[in-house]
Amino acid sequence: MHWPIDLIILTLVIFCAIAAISVKDLLSTAILFGAYSFMMCLLWANMGAVDVAFTEASVGAGVSSVFVIAAVFRTTRRTKD
Amino acid sequence: MKQLGLIIVIICGGLLLYATQDFPAWGDPTAPVHTHLSPHFITEGLHETGAPNLVTAVLADYRGYDTMFETVVVFCAGIACILLLRTFVQRTRGREYRHTPTGVVLHIQDPDKDLNNPREFELIDNMWVPHDLIIKTVSRMLIPFIQIFALYVVAHGDFSPGGGFQGGVIFGASLILLALSFDLRSSLRRISEKMLGILSALGVIIYSGIGIACMLLGGNFLDYGRLTAILPVDPDHIRAMGMLGVEIGVGFAVMAVMVIIYTNIASQGRHQQGL
Repeated sequence: MHWPIDLIILTLVIFCAIAAISVKDLLSTAILFGAYSFMMCLLWANMGAVDVAFTEASVGAGVSSVFVIAAVFRTTRRTKD
Repeated sequence: MKQLGLIIVIICGGLLLYATQDFPAWGDPTAPVHTHLSPHFITEGLHETGAPNLVTAVLADYRGYDTMFETVVVFCAGIACILLLRTFVQRTRGREYRHTPTGVVLHIQDPDKDLNNPREFELIDNMWVPHDLIIKTVSRMLIPFIQIFALYVVAHGDFSPGGGFQGGVIFGASLILLALSFDLRSSLRRISEKMLGILSALGVIIYSGIGIACMLLGGNFLDYGRLTAILPVDPDHIRAMGMLGVEIGVGFAVMAVMVIIYTNIASQGRHQQGL
């Protein structure tokens, strides 16, 4: 049986996106955003766009998570709204 | 204010959705991109550019002018980060160091003074956390391999997935990992702030310099085929070599800018302590 892995990943992407904007703790948001990027990376790789998946893994899931976490450390951890 | 924002978002989203009605249907085989553009790249790309990786061929050759300005955008982001965040005011309160073997805490008034053997001391401030031996050791073992992999990604951009942008980000991430696992000072001791600024500008200079070299040799801007006059390479592969040079420039700029952004955010522009 061929698993519908793209549908599973897409569901996880949507869950991560909704969770990232509804969570009050900004550090959790940063981690969820990294998870979102990693799921997007898997989705690109599944579609055969390996270069885009590579960029998403290195920039989206890797470095930008570090930047967001660094920004959270320098501002507040709780969101205002 | 929130209602106003919601109304604007709904109007813009509606306009965008309305505009997508003019697009060809999703997966339509008769769409212009599938009848003209993609077949040309797939059938003629290897012959025209000499690079087996079509993504790199499109990115660095067919639309090399766009990629040059993407590099300039990354460079501008680094400059903006320096201009906005970097402060040159030193703290006057001094620093406190804990001598790891004995537990004695030293107070140092002079902000520029470094310790004689910093391996035995750790900086104590409000962000101080006990250093973890496991994290330090694993990072020390991993960083050389990450850097070699980054160089491989840059050098093999023509043949396999990857390229200057990804390789530069991976190399910058290895330096950020060094700053995270040890501290920012030990990262900046290996590659200084001035060096990072020079490297980010050097990347843009390499990219535009190759373009101008092609112009001086009588071709168009970024017409790599003209480089046969100065590079002793097989003419079939000259465009791939030009792309490699351009990717190296992108890699320099991206690597330096990633580290610049991290150091300025993490240290509040003072470049003394990390997270």
